[in-house]
Amino acid sequence: MEFKREDDLFVSGHTACAGCGAAIIIRTVMRALGKDTIIVNATSCSEIFSSCYPTSAWKVPYIHVTFENAAAVATGIAKALEAKGNDHTTVVVIAGDGATYDIGFGIMSGVMERNENVLYICYDNEAYMNTGIQRSGATPYKAWTTTSQVGTVRQGKQEWKKNLTEIARAHNIPYIATSTAGHLIDLTKKVEKAKKIKGFRLINVLSPCVAGWKYPPNLTVKLAQLAVDTGLWKMYEVENGKETINMQPKFTPVEEYFKPQKRFKHLTKEDIEDIQNKVNDYWKNGKGEIYG
Amino acid sequence: METMEGSKGVADVVVNCEPDVVACFPITPSTHIAEDLNKAYMDGKLKTYVTVESEFGAISTIVGGSAAGARSFSTTSSQGLALMHEVIFAAAGIRLPLVMVVANRSLSAPLSIWNDHQDTISERDSGWLQLYCETNQEVIDTVPLAFRIAEELMLPVMVCMDGFYLTHAVEQLDIPTKEVIRKFLPPYNPKIKLDPENPITLGVYAKPEHYQDFRNDLDDDVHAAREKIKERSKEWANIIGRGYGDGLIEKYNTDDAERVLVAMSSVCGNIKEAVDELRANGEKVGLLRIKSFRPFPYDEVKKALTGKKHVGVVEKDMSAGAFPPLYVDVASALYSETVPLSSFIGGLGGRDITVNDIKELFKKLENEPVREWILKRELPLK
Ligand SMILES: Cc1ncc(C[n+]2csc(CCOP(=O)(O)OP(=O)(O)O)c2C)c(N)n1
Ligand SMILES: [Mg+2]
Repeated sequence: MEFKREDDLFVSGHTACAGCGAAIIIRTVMRALGKDTIIVNATSCSEIFSSCYPTSAWKVPYIHVTFENAAAVATGIAKALEAKGNDHTTVVVIAGDGATYDIGFGIMSGVMERNENVLYICYDNEAYMNTGIQRSGATPYKAWTTTSQVGTVRQGKQEWKKNLTEIARAHNIPYIATSTAGHLIDLTKKVEKAKKIKGFRLINVLSPCVAGWKYPPNLTVKLAQLAVDTGLWKMYEVENGKETINMQPKFTPVEEYFKPQKRFKHLTKEDIEDIQNKVNDYWKNGKGEIYG
Repeated sequence: METMEGSKGVADVVVNCEPDVVACFPITPSTHIAEDLNKAYMDGKLKTYVTVESEFGAISTIVGGSAAGARSFSTTSSQGLALMHEVIFAAAGIRLPLVMVVANRSLSAPLSIWNDHQDTISERDSGWLQLYCETNQEVIDTVPLAFRIAEELMLPVMVCMDGFYLTHAVEQLDIPTKEVIRKFLPPYNPKIKLDPENPITLGVYAKPEHYQDFRNDLDDDVHAAREKIKERSKEWANIIGRGYGDGLIEKYNTDDAERVLVAMSSVCGNIKEAVDELRANGEKVGLLRIKSFRPFPYDEVKKALTGKKHVGVVEKDMSAGAFPPLYVDVASALYSETVPLSSFIGGLGGRDITVNDIKELFKKLENEPVREWILKRELPLK
């Protein structure tokens, strides 16, 4: 696969931070999708850094409406294309974890249940980054955010990460996959595959965030890969109900993933052991918890 | 006195009001209030803090809390308030004494995180009281007052503060302590609540023979709130040694003024500055600040403005295709008088209204009344 920069459909000039996982994901997704695409973007970092008037980083048609309704707006666009006899343009949602796991979740569930013809890309940076790092349903257990602060009585997020991919799977949609900002060939293949399928498709992509996870910008790809290698983020796809694990974990200790990230710096030895045990349990006994 | 961000001051005073149920969802520029309340909770200083999944969840959660008899609080802005809209009306209809601090911000589209009043103005017909504050100290002092009034009248109150201009300003602030607030704000023990010992039905369905009477009562009670706001504002001012007009309006060099601007919130700081400068040159100008937009102080406004040579209403909101909301209310207060009245819309989406802009407006009040947008386009639309 070779791309020329001039063929990019999500182009430079946007204002994402250095090392932004979301920008890497969106550029990759756009390369795989091609020109015959309409983008619906939920309010998020990606909307702010790509669409500030009078500039735009998009070379395909693009609309942003609100934080919570991208899946429904995309449904309307898909229906309009259907009504007009257009059976080739791909309608794609690009939304963060806040829009997907939380505020837009009910609407998205309806869209999934009706199996609308929409490809939904969630870039999961595990918090509301645009508003300054507040916890979301996707924030991992114990992580610091500005609404899961490290206090004298409670420290970090008290709940485990919501397993969105499995909830989506329960809607019996034709295609679900996970990927990360550190596995761009995997991501490209999944987008290319999803593009050819009709109905609702979800690709949930782990997206390290320099500002929110608090690590040096050169570690974005490395951390995304570590998330998979530790077994915290499961790399898999479900096609018409059939699950394939695309990459087995190497069982790298979870501590190696946590260490470079200051959002985890308050974790105790016991916390890390507890999380490690849960991950081991998940992969060895099908119990426990992981992040994916 | 302590130096802190306005948002931190708001969070601190909310903690000192000892609420039982707090539920917030982040949205600029109210986010810091939510974050500071979260920190208070994580430090064990708040009984609850619900990290809801949306503003719809936030307002619904405090509605539940309040219906169960708990003092309940939230904060939001803009899109968040708009998303709450359905529940905003329901909360007032059920007569729940919620208090919400709204950090005022413009509404999309285009998306803008900056200040104007379109968000709260668009909820003006809901039955919530709306108190617009000029300074951070006023916001802090108004929060306990809002709880007191809300709980006495069984009406929800929005305390409105300008996003960024106030929320993000760092300054010296005095936070009334728990002990001081307790002297003024008794524990909340409502007679009507969801209580298995004394079952009642809330959120009823009403047919044409009853529906309108509920709405009529709500309207009457919001009108009647004027006297209560004045009375409690005075009482609270005596306790803390700070007051803001009569609680409904604040007059600044209004009485002997010939030309007067009417406005709400932080822009009044700049208007006061302009008034001082123009007065130094012998110009008879003044400001009438509206604090209570709902209920609207018709009598007070009429009294303050009757006989003026020319009055201009400055507001950061609009009603497309009509005169803007504050102007309309001032005009209705003056309907029987012949006061020349101008309408100035500006400051939308965070565009500054400077002291010099205001001096220009006062100059316009020397001529015939106009309906104008302040500051035409700074940059041409591309
Ligand atoms: C109804 C509503 N509530 C809150 C906001 C403020 N807001 C804008 S983006 C955002 C968080 C977005 O989080 P996520 O979807 O995870 O995307 P990210 O910013 O992390 O890329 C929030 C809370 C809003 N725009 N609309
Ligand atoms: Mg996010």
